[in-house]
Amino acid sequence: MAALLEARALVKQYPKVRAVDGVSFEVPAGICFGLLGPNGAGKSTTVEMLEGVAQPSAGEVLFRGESIRSRAARYREKIGIQFQSTALQDFLTVRENLRLFQALYPKKRPLDELIAVCRLEEFLDRDSHKLSGGQRQRVLLAIALVNDPEVVFLDEPTTGLDPQARRNFWELVRSIKAEGKTLVLTTHYMEEAYELCDDIGIMDHGRLIARGSPQRLLAEHFDDSVLELPAADALRAGSELPFVLRGDWAELSTRDIAGALEVLRRAGAPLGQLRIRPRTLEDLFLELTGKELRA
Amino acid sequence: MNLAHILALSWARSLEFLRDRGTVAWNFALPLLMVAGFAVIFSGPGKPLFTVAVLAPETVPLSADTHPFLGTPAVNFYREASLEKAQAKVQRHRIDLAVDLVRKQYWVNPESHNGAVLEQLLHGVAGEPLRRQEVQGARIRYVDWAAPGVLGMNLMFSCLFGTGYVIVRYRKSGYLKRLNATPLTAAEFIVAQLLSRLLLVILVTVAVYLGCNAFLNFRLEGSAWTLLLVTLVGAYAMIALGLLVAARVTSEEFAGGLLNMLSWPMMVLSGVFFSIDGAPAFVQWLAQWLPLTPMLEAARAIMLDGAGLLDPSVQQPLLQLSAMALLFTLLGALGFKWTQD
Repeated sequence: MAALLEARALVKQYPKVRAVDGVSFEVPAGICFGLLGPNGAGKSTTVEMLEGVAQPSAGEVLFRGESIRSRAARYREKIGIQFQSTALQDFLTVRENLRLFQALYPKKRPLDELIAVCRLEEFLDRDSHKLSGGQRQRVLLAIALVNDPEVVFLDEPTTGLDPQARRNFWELVRSIKAEGKTLVLTTHYMEEAYELCDDIGIMDHGRLIARGSPQRLLAEHFDDSVLELPAADALRAGSELPFVLRGDWAELSTRDIAGALEVLRRAGAPLGQLRIRPRTLEDLFLELTGKELRA
Repeated sequence: MNLAHILALSWARSLEFLRDRGTVAWNFALPLLMVAGFAVIFSGPGKPLFTVAVLAPETVPLSADTHPFLGTPAVNFYREASLEKAQAKVQRHRIDLAVDLVRKQYWVNPESHNGAVLEQLLHGVAGEPLRRQEVQGARIRYVDWAAPGVLGMNLMFSCLFGTGYVIVRYRKSGYLKRLNATPLTAAEFIVAQLLSRLLLVILVTVAVYLGCNAFLNFRLEGSAWTLLLVTLVGAYAMIALGLLVAARVTSEEFAGGLLNMLSWPMMVLSGVFFSIDGAPAFVQWLAQWLPLTPMLEAARAIMLDGAGLLDPSVQQPLLQLSAMALLFTLLGALGFKWTQD
């Protein structure tokens, strides 16, 4: 599939730090691409360069094979952005905010459609500063869609939302994806990336350190499962099993679950709270970066 | 420049202002209260411009029959029994002059401008020409002189803080960053802010002027349209100054400090409450660089002296304001930054 968006050797150099250090990747049309990384990894800066909001110190961003810098105004008409934290104009209703942003684009998606897609009916005439977190994110998503963009950038769109609101938001993102739009998502939530992204890139220290579909990356890096026990119970097995402590719990990565269980049974470890799970993107992340995602 | 962008943004900003009831109420209430306060304290029926103590026996009436000076209009003559007390009051500027009709002498504080004016009036009476006293002393109430200052001061605060502070808040909250991600240009954004604030401050100022005028009946010798033009250009210059301050600043506290640093010298040096005619030349030179100064000079020339658009006392301040407005807009637009980085 031809790349709709391409980052080519992107570098962002600040006076004291190189935030992005030669990042290249392609985003084919119609997929949801997720960019993951710990805080300070350079993912937000990379996305801002893709959005055209920040200028790269070196390298370039191509949209449909053309540099976005040479056609900046035209590019802005083709994309929609939901920033992580954006204030809306105070004392304006949701409808008025949508109309304001609509007026700034030559191509406008009908208001009724936006309202239906983002499910804004209930609070359309409410002051935008009186919205709940989930409602607010839906409005910001609608604003990102006012110009019927080809690419939609979503920067940590569900941070701070409760699980219910997060899942509702995922449904909206899926419906937008079903319209054939290309999505670029940054997130702290591995589950979110796994649920929504066809393709992910993991960044650390300003570099792209892994790239592929979540399933392929997991298959490439792991062929084991994880056995979890409360730390006190796991200690009964002594040093025979290499448990790793994670807070009150201990984890054991193993390809031989049956063997591990036999050792635990012989040691008399209580197995009432035993959990066995497959490897997740969280594990992959830890393996690649050595850091917790929210660290 | 896309007119639709400018109008959409101006409309949104105007709605934001008008729905912020506290701010709107304050914009109307502050100048109304101040003008009303000045009217009560300094003018209105029975509130003369000057105060003179008269030392005379109880049996002698304080009228022009006793002495022609006591018939001077707009002067409050009151009877004082103690010469010592009267002298102290003159010394402390609590009254403007003390006249002793028994000893045929008067006391004046050489530092008092009012005293100097009264002294002239007194000499005029003794010498004969009465007409000059009437013109100088009677017609201009303090409120006539102070009203342009108070309205101008309110306009200045509204222009500076209503644009400067608001834009810094927009930048800090990420709203400007979001607008920057649309096809909107910096010039369109700046023009939209200018238009919106200009429209609102003019509406507020005209409403407050008319409201105060209903019960104070301001002196307006010149054309109301010329006065409106001066107000428009002055407001534009001050909005542009607010935009210049806000062009790059990212902290609301810092912006507040900068705006205070600009507004307070204008309060003191631009002639809001009192004239700085007697101030050192350097202070007067400095005052000319503050947009409120030429605006008030032109407004007073129109209101009090009946000056027209072609009169140098209006034309020169208007040119000065226009130059400031263009310079501030240009610098503000060139230095404008959307984001905090």
